[in-house]
Amino acid sequence: MNRHPVHVKINGVDRDGYVEARKTLVDFIREDLELTGTHVGCEHGVCGACTVLVDGQAVRSCLMFAVQAEGCEIRTIEGMAGPDGELHPLQAAFRDNHSFQCGFCTPGFMMTAASLLEEGPLSEDALRHELSGNLCRCTGYQSIVAGVMDAFERVSDSTGEGGR
Amino acid sequence: MKPSAFEYHLAASTNEAVDLLAEHEGDAKVIAGGQSLVPLLALRLARVDHLVDVNRLNDLGEISANGRLRIGALTRHRTAERSTLVRQHSPLLADALTYIGHTAIRNRGTLGGSLAHADPAAELPATLLALDGEVEVRSARGTRTIAAGDLFTGFLSTSLEPDELLTGLSVPLWKPGAGWSVQEFARRSGDFAISGALTVLSVGADGLIDEARIALIGVAPTAVRATLAEQALVGQHPAEALWSSVSDAAVADLEPPSDLHGSSAYRKKLTSTLVRRSLAEAASRIGAAA
Repeated sequence: MNRHPVHVKINGVDRDGYVEARKTLVDFIREDLELTGTHVGCEHGVCGACTVLVDGQAVRSCLMFAVQAEGCEIRTIEGMAGPDGELHPLQAAFRDNHSFQCGFCTPGFMMTAASLLEEGPLSEDALRHELSGNLCRCTGYQSIVAGVMDAFERVSDSTGEGGR
Repeated sequence: MKPSAFEYHLAASTNEAVDLLAEHEGDAKVIAGGQSLVPLLALRLARVDHLVDVNRLNDLGEISANGRLRIGALTRHRTAERSTLVRQHSPLLADALTYIGHTAIRNRGTLGGSLAHADPAAELPATLLALDGEVEVRSARGTRTIAAGDLFTGFLSTSLEPDELLTGLSVPLWKPGAGWSVQEFARRSGDFAISGALTVLSVGADGLIDEARIALIGVAPTAVRATLAEQALVGQHPAEALWSSVSDAAVADLEPPSDLHGSSAYRKKLTSTLVRRSLAEAASRIGAAA
């Protein structure tokens, strides 16, 4: 079977791979790049667990083939915290609001929320609508909504003070 | 790896894409956003020998409004949904787009892909039908235009030939003052609707309805127009009582499928309700700026 070279910049690091065309992006990220923070749930685009940012946009990494990510910039949960381990405001807000229980869906929620954070704060109703693309079987969602709303505030407070 | 093995071809130009389709005629499938095709491949409901990737054909991503609203096939749902040209010239389409899946799906999914996939429960085939739109297709043999009414031939089936690539869609510019509505019912936000109704309504200078278009989703192997109901509306005064009687007529000759999500009778009742709501909402928007 033919394999294809793939080059991506993932969490700021240039990485190369050599993949079968049928390998999905999420399998490439987990198996070839050994970044197992991105989780695989339903593998057909329903649950949102595998959400990553591709060129800044939230996408389902189970609905994209790795070969299609050639030349793209990818951000995963591993790219959220600072180099010294300092938590991203979303991570801190999730921790403080108990926005996860088993944690399986958390990377997907976090990356969806990261893309929302880029575009600025939302009302709670609009946020609930956006988060409806990610499934959680533990929390009942209240604490996740609270965590993201809290993160919106943290980010706007910090930018109000002139930096993050 | 869940999908069965296939040869992957990244088309660098539209010419190359149609040449690849001609070369592998019948054994090749086009992948654009992949938001419907990849699940089908992953579940092995579909398998392909050759996949022709059109994602780098940037000339298929343009939106223009010269005489008609024209949208390149590779335009992402999210891009069209946020386009001021689309909102201005086709508010029904702009609203319908927001019902497709979730943001992460719409970031990848394309308008051309949704039309070529022809899911009867999807928003875009019904929208194209409601607006009497058309699609442009291209093959190594040439180009042609297919009217919406001739495009959808059956469940997930279109009149595109195996060597043809859908390159764009166009709809007439919005009739000033026309009202519109998209009504759907789904158990969960972002799911395919159990059924839905898309409506455009306008009145003439005499206050009577001069144009009515109703497209229904989820009730037949393809999206369908409710022609009898449309005819019953034209020439009438817009009124609540009319919406009720016409919404029953809209579903009278339908035989919707029964499945896990709802029986045929339930779908029929639900669709009637959605038609009534869509007529009321469309009427309330008549004369409002798009």
